[in-house]
Amino acid sequence: MQAPPRIQAALLSLLLFGVLLGIWQLATRPVADTAARPLSAAEAEYAELMGQTAATGEAEKSNGFPTPWQFAATVAGQLADPFYDRGPNDKGIGIQLAHSLGRVAVGYLLALAVAVPLGFVVGMSPLLQRALDPFIQVLKPISPLAWMPIALYTIRDSTISGVFVIFICSAWPMLLNTAFGVATVRREWLNVARTLELGRLRTAFTVILPAAAPTILTGMRISMGIAWLVIVAAEMLVGGTGIGYFVWNEWNNLKLSNVLFAVLLIGLVGMALDLLLAGLQRRVSYGD
Amino acid sequence: MPDDNLYRPYDAEVALGGCSCGQHASQHEHDAAAAARRQQRARAADTLSQDFVEAAAVRALFPHDATRRRFLAAVGKATAMAAIASVLPLPALQAMAQESGGALEKKHLNIGFIPINCATPLIMADPLGLYREQGLEVTLQKTAGWALVRDRVLNGELDASHFLSPMPLAISMGLGSAPQPMRVATIQNVNGQAITLALKHRNNRDPRNWKGFKFAIPFEFSMHNFLLRYYLAEHGLDPDRDVQLRVTPPPEMIANLRAGNIDGFLGPDPFNQRAVYDEIGFIHILSKDIWDGHPCCAFGLSAEFIRANPNTYAALYRAVLKAAAMASDPANRPMIAKAIAPQNYLNQPEVVIRQALTGRYADGLGNVCDVPDRADFAPLPWYSMAVWMLTQMQRWGYVKGELDYRGLAEQVFLLTDARRLMQELGEPLPPQAQIGYRKIRVMGREFDPAQPQAYVDGFAIRRS
Repeated sequence: MQAPPRIQAALLSLLLFGVLLGIWQLATRPVADTAARPLSAAEAEYAELMGQTAATGEAEKSNGFPTPWQFAATVAGQLADPFYDRGPNDKGIGIQLAHSLGRVAVGYLLALAVAVPLGFVVGMSPLLQRALDPFIQVLKPISPLAWMPIALYTIRDSTISGVFVIFICSAWPMLLNTAFGVATVRREWLNVARTLELGRLRTAFTVILPAAAPTILTGMRISMGIAWLVIVAAEMLVGGTGIGYFVWNEWNNLKLSNVLFAVLLIGLVGMALDLLLAGLQRRVSYGD
Repeated sequence: MPDDNLYRPYDAEVALGGCSCGQHASQHEHDAAAAARRQQRARAADTLSQDFVEAAAVRALFPHDATRRRFLAAVGKATAMAAIASVLPLPALQAMAQESGGALEKKHLNIGFIPINCATPLIMADPLGLYREQGLEVTLQKTAGWALVRDRVLNGELDASHFLSPMPLAISMGLGSAPQPMRVATIQNVNGQAITLALKHRNNRDPRNWKGFKFAIPFEFSMHNFLLRYYLAEHGLDPDRDVQLRVTPPPEMIANLRAGNIDGFLGPDPFNQRAVYDEIGFIHILSKDIWDGHPCCAFGLSAEFIRANPNTYAALYRAVLKAAAMASDPANRPMIAKAIAPQNYLNQPEVVIRQALTGRYADGLGNVCDVPDRADFAPLPWYSMAVWMLTQMQRWGYVKGELDYRGLAEQVFLLTDARRLMQELGEPLPPQAQIGYRKIRVMGREFDPAQPQAYVDGFAIRRS
């Protein structure tokens, strides 16, 4: 008897996960020690300075790629106390995530507040659409890292610069999608509105907005993905707080297990944000 | 109160400012005698910090050492300790200490640092309570790179910062940024850098064979850049044509060395030692082998901040000078390594930092080396150092045309203030500090700060 496709997919996912873990374990398996022989005093000191003896008291040499088991220990350690605060440069992962999410929220909401109304106006006027198109096309593909020095130089505040970079990078998909959604509302519906002698404002809110909503939400979803991509890069550049700073700080120490943990977390949070907007999108979509 | 204070503030026979027991002609002799006892006590950061603050507190009570000695001699040690204990807790003493100067204009300060050993004095002033002792609330902000340090000081987010010592000169001249008068209050550290090469070059130690090498340096306006260029040019290589120099943040130096993208770097510790520890590189030479006693990083702030906050500036200055004096004592280095290793500061294995600070280190080729002056901390900002940096900026074409070497050096490097405050703190000053210029020897070639232009013209390989 065939299992339902959902369960089949889940099983396949699990199998893939197992294979990945296996490869990881094999690739990072410790090299067997060369036959232990008694060391001279000088050799012993050299080994200690190189961190090769267990007696140094350090947890373990933190360079190199961690094994799955070491990684699990890192994850457990980080999650055991996610909200500690030991000074301005050492905070728990929970606090770092909160800082990043806060910056993303501010930058994203600002972008939303500017891009959607502007997109609406652009979408309703073919003239504006043509006039603004070259600017949008040039500004849209600029990387956040390229904006950063300009922002730092002109805004003169690294926190606001981070928010600005999120704003400028996440505005374009919302602007373009809103404009597209508004411009492609079916003519029949607009004609019906005109026949019923609806005012311009009323037409916009009762006919165009619901009709364009799914397209607008798609733009918002893309923008959210971009905002979350941007924040990590921006925080790596400006430092201070946030998940990007955490990655940078651990990279400084070349502690890959912590970097991997942060990468995993970035992925999970990004997925959660995407699911949130996908849920919203389903609520506004309609069948023809 | 037990009388085992490291600085013996209750001992009438002691010169609290200079040699801490008064029985030796110099601090060096004293160190040798007291090393064992101090090391034991210094191992615990807490006791050292307490001792230091207590000694400083007593010093604050008696700004003139002679008065303190007379007082102790007159009433006896036990009475004096009891009397002083009734005045402690420390905040009261700190308030008194502050009254000696004017009121602080700004108490909450943001100070930037890059997580490398060079930042030791300004970091250590935090756990040792030296900022608090001056009535300052300092937030140390780890910063991601030198360009960002520059930008955040320029826009006022940072009140003062750890700089590469040529940076304030460059910023004051408007090289690589908008010109803004920037000042060097103290040199943070001398020596303490190294040329690290990838392990594959272990049998290729002659620089004459390094044509085509790729080296990483932390920043253009850095001693690292100037020293590496100097070293290569002395061996007949043109650093602009024969090799490639890439500006790379230190952690990425390690990653690039591992990946084989670079052949080596002249970088700050602990990253040289980190390359050894990670078994990807070896220490070719220490920077002290190029110029013994060269400055590296500086503690700097804008001229505008000094003008607006003169008392805060002096308080900050005192804290950093005291921290530098503490850090220059070799007996304290293992304790410092422990204190700056955690995530809040350097975020590096303690054993790596310790090797770079104490000079007893693995070189990456199987040898344990012992170079006690691999790193040191000497705060005096000599004018001659600034003039040398300017000659190198001229030599490599970072500045074009005539330069007022002495004028710029004496404007940016605040030697007069350093001298005055060090005297107030009772710290020893070398005799030449009165003029601020002394001859320098870099790889055997003498540099006379009175003849900068002739020095630049004397190099065979140069851009100007």
